[in-house]
Amino acid sequence: MKELDEKDLLRELVAHLRQNRTELREDWARRITDAKLLTAMSREEIFAEATSVYNKYVEALETGTLEMLHAYARNLSERIIPRGVETHEVLGIVLLLRDVLARSLFAKYQGDFKLLNRVLDAYEPAANRVANAVAVGFVQERERIIREQQQSIRELSTPVLQVRERLLILPIIGVIDSQRARQLTEQLLRAIRANRARVVVIDITGVAAVDSSVANHLVQTVEASQLLGAAVIVTGLSPEIAQTLVRIGVNLGKVRTVGDLQGGLEEAERVLGYKVVPIAEASKPA
Amino acid sequence: MAVPILKQSPYLIATIQSALSDADLLSLRDSLTEQVGRFRSRGVIVDVTALDVLDSFASRTLRDISYMVRLRGAETVIVGIQPEVAFAMVQLGVTLKDVATALDLEEGLAYLDKKKLNSGRD
Repeated sequence: MKELDEKDLLRELVAHLRQNRTELREDWARRITDAKLLTAMSREEIFAEATSVYNKYVEALETGTLEMLHAYARNLSERIIPRGVETHEVLGIVLLLRDVLARSLFAKYQGDFKLLNRVLDAYEPAANRVANAVAVGFVQERERIIREQQQSIRELSTPVLQVRERLLILPIIGVIDSQRARQLTEQLLRAIRANRARVVVIDITGVAAVDSSVANHLVQTVEASQLLGAAVIVTGLSPEIAQTLVRIGVNLGKVRTVGDLQGGLEEAERVLGYKVVPIAEASKPA
Repeated sequence: MAVPILKQSPYLIATIQSALSDADLLSLRDSLTEQVGRFRSRGVIVDVTALDVLDSFASRTLRDISYMVRLRGAETVIVGIQPEVAFAMVQLGVTLKDVATALDLEEGLAYLDKKKLNSGRD
């Protein structure tokens, strides 16, 4: 038998994989279900994806270029990540495919151990590169989604609203870290200037936990607002938060606090010189 | 560069036009404390809109001005601190404790007018 070089081996291998496409694919899909991977997807979906992954996989083995597979992995990730598919599942199915194909090679070349070795020499590095590309594609896509979500949360979560002339409210929801505190303060200061606010009510009902660093950020925001001539009222400190703050010895003495948002708005109206009365009472002659 | 001080009926208005040296700040302090008495002013407004930096010395001097003017019987308002400046000051721990601040000249005047009404004088 003529000695085959590595290229020829790979070509032969690809031909083998093409020839036995249907069985191998079914074997693979069955193993995916057996291993309880991709439980978020139906059998048909798994089979359909398996088909196109298989084709792309063989193609990548044949040409040695990973771009197509990379793009496909990203595209696939985009579709399946929202459905709750985990990294270990994706990695698991790619490794399963590698195993299925390797097994078929064992079966085919079991008569000639030397040739099998050389076939595997050609197959393994290529297969590992492919698995690597798929996993990296998935993780990159995931990270991109996380980054996008973080960005949109940051933008969404800190609206500064004008309730009345010269009166702003800033409802804070979620977690305050130093980056967000900084952004929040800058936004508030700009809004104070733009709306010529004299009183600001900061409502922290939606802040899950307040520790000393959050309290410190709050004090800084209040002081900075005061430098622009705006009085700040903080509302919505829950009993738990109040207890925590006292226990850890944070002094919010410099900050004016009122129990809830309603109380805060009433206090702010007093500061601005408003008096809210029912219409009936207001129209009555004094 | 010296800071012009304008007399506007019962108030003195000092508008800082550009970055000041320490000596300029001290001379502003001296002129204000002196003129408050000379013109029998009821209030002083220091406008810092043009400043994009307020270092610790400037802050301390502004605070000193406020305390000194109060001893001379008038109120001081610092107006026009830029948002970035305010943020930087707070981060550096430089604050104007017990010093009145207002958004701009108009707000500062409104503040002083209200103070005057409350004090019942004039």
